[in-house]
Amino acid sequence: MLSFLSSLAGGALIGLSALRLLVLNGRIAGISGIVGGLFSAIDARLVTNAAFVIGLLLGPLLFLRMFGAWPVVRIETPLPWLGIAGLLVGFGTRLGSGCTSGHGILGLARLSPRSMVAVAVFLSVAMATVYLLRVGGVA
Amino acid sequence: MIVLRTIAALICGSLFGLGLSISGMLDPDRVRGFLNVTGAWNPSLIFVLAGGVIVATIGYRLSRLLPRPLLDRRFDLLTKTAIDAPLLLGSAIFGIGWGIGGFCPGPAIALLTLGIGPAFLFVVTMLVGMITHDRLARRLIPAGPMKGAQP
Repeated sequence: MLSFLSSLAGGALIGLSALRLLVLNGRIAGISGIVGGLFSAIDARLVTNAAFVIGLLLGPLLFLRMFGAWPVVRIETPLPWLGIAGLLVGFGTRLGSGCTSGHGILGLARLSPRSMVAVAVFLSVAMATVYLLRVGGVA
Repeated sequence: MIVLRTIAALICGSLFGLGLSISGMLDPDRVRGFLNVTGAWNPSLIFVLAGGVIVATIGYRLSRLLPRPLLDRRFDLLTKTAIDAPLLLGSAIFGIGWGIGGFCPGPAIALLTLGIGPAFLFVVTMLVGMITHDRLARRLIPAGPMKGAQP
């Protein structure tokens, strides 16, 4: 029960961050876009993108200050698989123009048909992937 | 205004990172538990999406009432509406990677602060994937301004 409440509260904070970034700066809080923008000469908003990423890094420190412990992190995927996962996540989010934040939170909030399709695709493919890896005994 | 925008972005990033930390999204095992619908399914992360979408909806409605953002000249909203092959293929590739590791981009970056080795590996290869895509895209579509990847 508690995990449901903390998930809801954490989600609301993520939504609040997206709300502020949109109303103040007029920007969509899409992490893959913001991070990708740091390495692309095309994105002129380097400074604000970098500030957002620095803030993102400060988030867990705020959590530590508030709750006196780091958030729980359990990683069971073997390292070589994690490396492959990183490549796929990086390439896929750029090709698909967004990830869990841009398509998932903001796209759904905007009722964007593109984002609804994207979320349906990446969620179902991720669920199928977890299933196949489990059946295959990999992870 | 750039100073105010930068401060706003820093605060928004921190809120985002704190929200991720509280929500449980930083725990790849839990994320994979959420994706494990045919096994011991842990549905709690649905509430992250619900909380986020509800508040972001308020933000989007607010933004529609404003002629321009409070700290900038115009909204950087997206005009793309076509459900095209890159959207579908990219989302599917992302889904495979997300399913394998339980990391999506935001949590992966935030996890760097905790100094966890596997998270560093993931972020490095994720950046390689992003940069590879952007280089390829620039080579394949040399003319015309390419929009940064946003939904």
